[in-house]
Amino acid sequence: MNNKERIIYFISLHRTGLWVIVLSLILLLYPLFEQNPYTLGLTNLIAINAIVVLGLNLFIGYSGQISLGHAAFFGLGAYGSAVATVYFSVPAWPALILVAALVSLVALVIGIPILRLSGHYLAMATLGMNFVFHTILLQWDEVTGGPSGFAGIPSLTIGSFAFDNEVRLHYLIWSVTLLCLLLCLNLVRSGVGRGMAALAGDEVAAAALGVNTRQTKVKVFVLSAVLASVAGSLFAHTYTFISPDSFDIFVATDFVIMVVVGGMGSIWGSLFGAGLISMLPEWMDLFQTYKDFVHGAILVLVLMFLPQGLVTGLIDNARIRLALRKRHHAEH
Amino acid sequence: MLQDFIQYLFAGLTNGAIYALIALGFCVVNNTMGIVNFVQVDFVSLGGMLMFSALFALGLPMIPGLLLAIAGVALVAMVIERFGLRPARSDNHLVLIFLTVGLSIILRGVIKLVWGKNRMALPPLTPDKPVEILGASVLPQALWIFLLTLIAIALLTWFFYRTSLGLSMRAVASNPTAAAVVGIPAGRVRLTSYAIAGALGGLAGVLVTPITTLSYDVGVLLGLKGFAAAIFGGFGSFPGAILGGLGLGLLESLSAGYISSAYKDVVAFLVLLLVLFVRPTGLMGKE
Repeated sequence: MNNKERIIYFISLHRTGLWVIVLSLILLLYPLFEQNPYTLGLTNLIAINAIVVLGLNLFIGYSGQISLGHAAFFGLGAYGSAVATVYFSVPAWPALILVAALVSLVALVIGIPILRLSGHYLAMATLGMNFVFHTILLQWDEVTGGPSGFAGIPSLTIGSFAFDNEVRLHYLIWSVTLLCLLLCLNLVRSGVGRGMAALAGDEVAAAALGVNTRQTKVKVFVLSAVLASVAGSLFAHTYTFISPDSFDIFVATDFVIMVVVGGMGSIWGSLFGAGLISMLPEWMDLFQTYKDFVHGAILVLVLMFLPQGLVTGLIDNARIRLALRKRHHAEH
Repeated sequence: MLQDFIQYLFAGLTNGAIYALIALGFCVVNNTMGIVNFVQVDFVSLGGMLMFSALFALGLPMIPGLLLAIAGVALVAMVIERFGLRPARSDNHLVLIFLTVGLSIILRGVIKLVWGKNRMALPPLTPDKPVEILGASVLPQALWIFLLTLIAIALLTWFFYRTSLGLSMRAVASNPTAAAVVGIPAGRVRLTSYAIAGALGGLAGVLVTPITTLSYDVGVLLGLKGFAAAIFGGFGSFPGAILGGLGLGLLESLSAGYISSAYKDVVAFLVLLLVLFVRPTGLMGKE
């Protein structure tokens, strides 16, 4: 191998890591070029959504299960952090971890029975779970504040340094998102991750090859719930105000749309899906009127023509074209 | 005491009949196409909306308005099947489920665009003068709901057991491959099952919106409860759908009456989750 080949080999071997480094650098420098707090607020929202979508994509894309209820775990994280910090004066960071631990327990208790179901039943059961959670948020107003929401949640702090403006929040939230991204990227290349992918391909075959399917499903469900809960806690501390509408079944379907648009089973796609769907309202002035329509149309068109997701689908198509053309040239 | 009980009973059966109609719509599509049709929830809202337009924009009397609204929803359902679902040609569960979710979001968006976000009121079929039955006062609309639900069930039975299209639909439900082998037109069967589901959802919408209110998302909750009823009775079974609907309606009104009305809407989903855990085949489902 000469030097040039060696460099190319090194790059292709470490391409995932290099992409992560490139992304981190871009994010590190981003606030130097973009100081508009509104825009930064938007990218922060993308980062929060991306954490949920990363977890949900592990569950939907990698293990082939369905959840129309992850807004509930997102909401549990947010309300959990809010209640712990405001009513019980727990410091924000321990509260975040404590709440995530509690949510993992809740997900375990719900997941063990619910994951015996599959397909449509699972979709409806998770949707039902999200609905019950949303109703409790609305009705239990002594604790949750009911429909008018929960205000006065403190910001996250380290010592006397408070994450209270968009630039500081940018670094905090994106750091967490990058950590989650690394976790997911490594997980899907581990033995457990390969088992999950096998589960998505064919459950019976995966079981025959020695994957403990029941346990794997529950583990991924719990992991995705914990990620959603962490995202929820960050959401609560970022906006210092939360209301039940941010956690209803329509938000849950929006998370699913992000997963599908980014590509089921594509970790990088999760970032893209979260980004695209969160940014849509900004790109279209008329969007508020046509919001549902556009969201639904994107979901339907992607599923019909590029079921692997927008980016993955387009790249796959280009690859097939290229290969066909190569063969065409070789034949003549 | 007894009077209260009878009052709750009537309220429960009224809602139950509506859930049964919606559940039947879910079952028809599931039996012939093997998918859960999330769009069903919006057929309910659309039925109410079309009735509203038929009465106030076209100035039709009640019965022609009702028939027009039901036919309209059936037509929309057929369009959705033909141009929304069929081009996908996928047998991947995830893709099909999310596809119907997406179509449901689109239809809800269209309804919101056409009729707006405001809550509207639909008049009942006959003027609201409560009738006394066994000491409980019952709205005439509730009696209409019982009557029209019975007629719908009778028509469905006639269709499935006395017509050749109904026979082919039962054939597809019992064995799709064998049905295709003997040359039963799959497209027509799918289209018909969607039309029936649309008509049942539309009827439910026309009947229930005078009691609740009419808005673009009124069908979401009703539809999800209808699905819970279908699961409760055993998904795919027609008698199960009817029993499940009535059972769920009764459970809901009795728990609202005797326990707490704040969490009335949660009952359906607790029942759904319980049934799925304990006996996923439901009351009348096959093992």
